[in-house]
Amino acid sequence: MSDVWILVLGMALVTFLSRYPVLVILGRIPLPAAILDALQYVPVAVLTAICVPMIFRPGGGWFLDPTSPYLAGGLATVLVAWYCRQLLLTLLVGMSVFFLWKWLWSV
Amino acid sequence: MSKPEIVTCAQVWREFRHGVRNMIPMVVGAVPFGIVFGALAVSAGLSSGMAMAMSLLVFGGASQFVAIGLFTQGVGVLLIILTTFVLNVRHALYAASLAPYVKHLPQRWLLPLGFLLTDEAYAVTIARYRAPDTSACKHWYYLGAATFMYVSWQLSTLLGVLAGSQLKQMGEWGLEFAMVATFMGIVVPMLVTPGMLLCGMVSGAVALIFYDLPHQLGLILAACSGIAAGMWAGYFYPAPSKGGSTYE
Repeated sequence: MSDVWILVLGMALVTFLSRYPVLVILGRIPLPAAILDALQYVPVAVLTAICVPMIFRPGGGWFLDPTSPYLAGGLATVLVAWYCRQLLLTLLVGMSVFFLWKWLWSV
Repeated sequence: MSKPEIVTCAQVWREFRHGVRNMIPMVVGAVPFGIVFGALAVSAGLSSGMAMAMSLLVFGGASQFVAIGLFTQGVGVLLIILTTFVLNVRHALYAASLAPYVKHLPQRWLLPLGFLLTDEAYAVTIARYRAPDTSACKHWYYLGAATFMYVSWQLSTLLGVLAGSQLKQMGEWGLEFAMVATFMGIVVPMLVTPGMLLCGMVSGAVALIFYDLPHQLGLILAACSGIAAGMWAGYFYPAPSKGGSTYE
């Protein structure tokens, strides 16, 4: 079996283990309160840790400039998400600002 | 919830259809990201079949994206699998939150519902479960929303895989920003308690500062710091509401 197959199957297994067992077990046995408390912060912690570097350091280097499409698009996304709480609108505005900036300041 | 109700086919399909319908905004964000994933996977040296297998079996967008990045850097298989676990363990929270609503369902339901659980499916489905009406087939809504995302993810990956060989530069278009926008769109409305706000701020700052650490260790460190900060703040400002999306 190739390395890539092991990679895909391993990723599939750990991902499945993060989804299915809790769905089944928790209907029957309650998890400790501390674990539930920690778990409620996991989505915000993980998703923010993925997104923030992509906004400020796209491709690895710092890109802190008003002409950065990542910065402008990210700011627009956050503002619309906060004030409108409408995902489709958030996405459309965020992506539009991103591509507008990319087009305006493309070399 | 336990009282027996006569469920008609029309009700079942109505729930399924509404699940699909309300998933549309999430799918709009996922499709460009799926295309980029497919294209990147192929240009990283994965065969078309392997790229598809990853989408079909793992079905975790962010973790697949990170895995391809690590694979390109030559990081070992075990470390990539461990990173995948750290990235995806958040699904356990969603499962924990949904478990009370699905505990009456048999295994043939729990298996697909569990496998198809994503950030997007959770955000849409939990709102349906919390709706005041007593429909006995809300799991069909869940199935509709989750299946629609699964099918879209496979088709967009396929599109990326097919385009990837022709469009080598697609990674430079910035389509992966669709993932950033989707995730921010999910996270920002959740930042309503001091704990959540501090969690996001600490996690984002740590992720930025330690971005240069090898093997995505910065990401893992950031997530752990964010959780710890959130729990610490939550200790001083206990919030009545549980975590989860505020989309209703």
